[in-house]
Amino acid sequence: MEFFIGHYNYWVVIILMMVGLYTVISRGNLVKKIIGLNIFQVSVFFLYISLGTVEGGAAPIIAEGVKVYSNPLPHVLILTAIVVGVATTALALALVVRIKETYGTIEEDEIHNLDHSL
Amino acid sequence: MIDVVVDIILLTFLATTSIAIMRINNLFAIVMLFGIFSLLSAGLFVVMDAPDVAFTEAAVGAGISTVLMLATLALVKRKKEPYYDEAPQTHTAWLPLIVVIVTGSALVYGTWDIPSFGSPDAPSQTHVARFYLENSMLDTGVPNTVTAVLASYRGFDTLGEVTVIFTAAVAVLLLIGGKRPKPALKAKDEEGQDEA
Repeated sequence: MEFFIGHYNYWVVIILMMVGLYTVISRGNLVKKIIGLNIFQVSVFFLYISLGTVEGGAAPIIAEGVKVYSNPLPHVLILTAIVVGVATTALALALVVRIKETYGTIEEDEIHNLDHSL
Repeated sequence: MIDVVVDIILLTFLATTSIAIMRINNLFAIVMLFGIFSLLSAGLFVVMDAPDVAFTEAAVGAGISTVLMLATLALVKRKKEPYYDEAPQTHTAWLPLIVVIVTGSALVYGTWDIPSFGSPDAPSQTHVARFYLENSMLDTGVPNTVTAVLASYRGFDTLGEVTVIFTAAVAVLLLIGGKRPKPALKAKDEEGQDEA
């Protein structure tokens, strides 16, 4: 039971990662692929934050009378990653809008067919 | 103890939401579920003692991402009903499923060596973290260690982050900003329809 509680976080991280990966490689809709990538990304955030958590620790804000803090370094890295993630998502969505304007569809199969019938 | 219970329940919700996102066909519903997914993540970050990350995830992940995706959906919807549905799956994608299951099993096997969640003597807790917690108040005078590391010790990381955001903003503006030749686009659209 202790092993289960101690590793449940990591297993859910892996489930999220695999759900994201499966969505990216098996679905043809470009918007859905981007959401799959985002799920994958969030799973990596959870991996980092889980590794930084200390049992009985407080948030890393220095205060009197607090002895144990969580690890601040993963928090910093993930703060950066979240913001960068949104920037890349915005870029991907802009590309989708352009693809829709040019091809009239955002389904991968239909785009392939249009490319081959030219 | 209550921490652990909340943690496990929220993680289960999160996994369920992600599977729902994978299975649903309506893109509007998917984007709404993704907003819920981000909000649940923000809640979990609070449980895991990372309030700064939770703020950012709630504002940026649940807020800005969802708005961007809704705006995109409005631009890429179909011309007639159903506006937001993706094309139906014609067959189960067996190869991706096998790839995902094999990769997932390998990763689960890898978790056997990870120190258990919250363990204070894990390798990740014994290196620079202690240094930051002990010295940030003396070095920078900022009580929030995350801020001190973000803006002072690892300031160049943040500079790199800003560079990425700037590049992305320029690229987005080049792609869909400003005036584009409308008539040419329309002609292309019609061609596309003819071929389809």
